[in-house]
Amino acid sequence: MTIKYNKVYVQNRSTVVGPYEAKGPLGNLFDKRYDDLYNGETSWEKAEVKLLEDSMNILLNKAKISKQDVDLVIAGDLLNQISASCYATNSFNSPFLGIYSACATSCEGIILASTFIESGNVKNCIAATSSHNMSSEKQFRNPTEYGAPKPKTATFTATGGASLLLGSTPTNIKVESGTIGKIMDLGQNDPFHMGAAMAPAAADTIYQHLKDTKREPNYYDLILTGDLGVYGKDILIDYMKTEYGLDISANYDDCGTMLYDLQNQQEVNAGGSGPVCSALVNYSYVLNMMEKGNLSRVLLVATGALFSPTFVYQKENILSIAHAVSLEVVE
Amino acid sequence: MEKRQYNDLVSQHKPQESRIQNAMIAFLVGGVVGILGQLLVEFYSYYLDISSKDASVFMIVTLIFFASLFTALGFFDKWVNFAKCGLIIPITGFAHSMTSAGIEYKKEGPIFGVGSNIFKLAGSVILYGVVSAWFFGLIRLIIVGG
Repeated sequence: MTIKYNKVYVQNRSTVVGPYEAKGPLGNLFDKRYDDLYNGETSWEKAEVKLLEDSMNILLNKAKISKQDVDLVIAGDLLNQISASCYATNSFNSPFLGIYSACATSCEGIILASTFIESGNVKNCIAATSSHNMSSEKQFRNPTEYGAPKPKTATFTATGGASLLLGSTPTNIKVESGTIGKIMDLGQNDPFHMGAAMAPAAADTIYQHLKDTKREPNYYDLILTGDLGVYGKDILIDYMKTEYGLDISANYDDCGTMLYDLQNQQEVNAGGSGPVCSALVNYSYVLNMMEKGNLSRVLLVATGALFSPTFVYQKENILSIAHAVSLEVVE
Repeated sequence: MEKRQYNDLVSQHKPQESRIQNAMIAFLVGGVVGILGQLLVEFYSYYLDISSKDASVFMIVTLIFFASLFTALGFFDKWVNFAKCGLIIPITGFAHSMTSAGIEYKKEGPIFGVGSNIFKLAGSVILYGVVSAWFFGLIRLIIVGG
């Protein structure tokens, strides 16, 4: 399902990152960089809350508005009960919607926020997300100090908080449309190869978006998936060709492979992941390029593996979903 | 696309893991831990003038102590990442699994944190270790009579 928007604009954005992201190739583009994973807090979970809180406060400062001026906050993260989002928004005293689409959360937030703004019910809305490498490792895998070896296809959960302020006041970047994805299951069950689980969801959403809008892949200057990683990226290109006969390789990239220096930061294996991974790349690099006029039409496809350790231990497959948002520079 | 077809597509893009290299590193590091253990046994039995059976207990305690200390100091996970099963399989891995879980869940307090999670990884080792020890004991009893 694709929804078209006519009066939703990107007002401002902010990004806060941890040490690994700061060392990556986009390091200088982020608003705030912490050189310690605890960033002054006492636990991984609280550190994640702080990252998200920081990003929302920086966003308000940059947009020169106060908390009272925010009509709605939509946020989501990976922690159980999306608790990082809830605790980070606690001080806002604004209406709040908590959402979950794993790593596709950022685009789900943009689609919901845009739909609210388009309806005229709210003037502005923050769409925010976060993830923390250590809080995710603790919740989904092993204790963080255990450091169990991982295969090359594994991805590395990004640490950071990212917020986007959308509103009806015209600016030079608009949210043109959004495509809500479907849950996909092509029989993948390897938690160390999420790219393989998510590629069909990304493909389906891209195909659906192009079909609904009657566009060709080359309509966009850049099509960006969220966190498929090096191998997931190849799988997607191959799968798009065989399943839909579409060649996206000319203008396609993956945020997971852009956030880190894959040659020199080998601990990230196949690349970055986590809800904040695509948000960090999109709200820093992509929006910068759009503001400078280097990109004018971009399709963001945040990809989420709806991974539940419990269900995977019970021999179920890893489900996945992808949501797409089209951003355009207003002439 | 059928799930089976998709699986084929995924395996076409699967990278080769460096299994031989990993096995060699694990073999060498595991061997070094073994040599270290033997040296400790010799050291204790010579200097403390105790039987090598008692010295083995001292050796195990020493290895557990250092593995836990290095975990707590925050660099043992990097060693494990490099040496893989070379450090996970010896007693050092068992100590490391408990210490890392203990550190991780300290924030949730002594009962709901450390107490209920310290055996998160080591629990399976203890359970199946005890069960298989019982079976091997039984087999030994039947074959050689004790």
